[in-house]
Amino acid sequence: MTTQTQADTETDIALQARGLQVHYGEFRALKDIDIDIQRNRITALIGPSGCGKSTMLRCFNRMNDLIGGARISGQVTFNGAEIYDPSVDPTEVRSRIGMVFQKPNPFPKSIYDNVAFGLKINGFKGNMDEAVEKALRGAALWDEVKDRLKSSGMALSGGQQQRLCIARALAVEPEVILMDEPASALDPISTLAIEGLMLELCSSYTIVVVTHNMQQAARVSHRTAFFNMDSDRAGFLVEEGPTDEIFTNPRDPRTEAYITGRFG
Amino acid sequence: MKMPKGPNPRAAFDRDLRALQDDLLALGSMVEKAIVTAVEALRDRDLEASRRVVREDDAIDRKRFSLEERVIDMIAIQQPVASDLRTLITALHISVELERIGDYAEGIGKISLMMGDQPPIKPLVDIPRMAEKSVAMLRESLDALVKRDVDLAAQVCNADDEIDQLYDQVYRELLLIMLGDPQKIERATFLLWAAHDLERIGDRATNIAEQVIYLVTGKKTELKVGKY
Repeated sequence: MTTQTQADTETDIALQARGLQVHYGEFRALKDIDIDIQRNRITALIGPSGCGKSTMLRCFNRMNDLIGGARISGQVTFNGAEIYDPSVDPTEVRSRIGMVFQKPNPFPKSIYDNVAFGLKINGFKGNMDEAVEKALRGAALWDEVKDRLKSSGMALSGGQQQRLCIARALAVEPEVILMDEPASALDPISTLAIEGLMLELCSSYTIVVVTHNMQQAARVSHRTAFFNMDSDRAGFLVEEGPTDEIFTNPRDPRTEAYITGRFG
Repeated sequence: MKMPKGPNPRAAFDRDLRALQDDLLALGSMVEKAIVTAVEALRDRDLEASRRVVREDDAIDRKRFSLEERVIDMIAIQQPVASDLRTLITALHISVELERIGDYAEGIGKISLMMGDQPPIKPLVDIPRMAEKSVAMLRESLDALVKRDVDLAAQVCNADDEIDQLYDQVYRELLLIMLGDPQKIERATFLLWAAHDLERIGDRATNIAEQVIYLVTGKKTELKVGKY
């Protein structure tokens, strides 16, 4: 490990939330969240169902804006800039902070068009073939599909569809990839393929992943954040730290109880 | 925090963890008995008892392997984390330490057999005292395990100093005997080996205490760098 100065460490924060609260109508889904997401690291968000970890993920690229009644207060910064500032275009945020969902959701289009879609929307002027190949290679799918780029994305296996969705996210060259249970609909082998891919990707991207699978969080992430739910059902961050410490010697007894399966 | 309303979801695993600790303590008792018998047999020149100690070490070895296999199975099946993981890793270490202590007892049994029916060079006083102290340390370290008591674990090494002092005393005394009468060198050396085995038992009990501290705190600690 290289020793980093304090200044270096600060610039290594890609995303940061301070005093973040999210309401859906009257219901407070998240409260008082302070969290730093380190650049080029995989951060796993874990916690029981309903603790707000997916809400947290959606806050990072303004996906919650699309949910009626969602209200956000506090601060979320990306590379130091407030992403909820009125002058910020949420579409721009989402192109730099991409998202991959639980269920692979390719468009009913060809493999090629799935990957090219975001680029076309953004008015991409470069070499489209090269961009598509680069994204498919990045998602470790190229070798499997290079001879059938015109066939439907829907014809791929579940694991391949998910990698296609990752390629689609990579095509627009984001800095951050948010993943909401990216492997929960996949078989164990495809799951491992996605995890291996995440570890490859983190040298170029910052990844935040929500997972219910604690072994997956342990295997794939560098940092783990444990969220829990209060008696008013508002989600809050219990602790965040290096994954190896969270899984061998967590500081908070609530984390201990959750990860050892003593409460669910 | 949301607490479980139904039964403990990890009840079966908790039961297995308790059973594992019980078996670890049973191994501790076997080892303790081996030390006591080995040293009494050495003192009383009871060769039959010495032979029994050597023979019964096989059971200690088997018990250690069966404990290890169970820990490995539990790691594979339960995929433990946090304190569960530390409990299993600690059990693995302690079973190895206990088996090794058993080997020292077996070693004392073999020394006694090597001495055979040669006349004793002196009545044994300090060696049985070392055995008493090492057994007490072993018990305390396992007691600390059961109680998850870090302070008690830290105290274990205090007794180790006393064992080390006794060992120095035995060493000097035997050296004088050897210098005084070269005929007694072989028999004195046998006793020196036995004393050394007991001194090592103290160190192994200290290792067990360190494991208890790791189990409770998650921190690796060297309680004391032994003199030997």
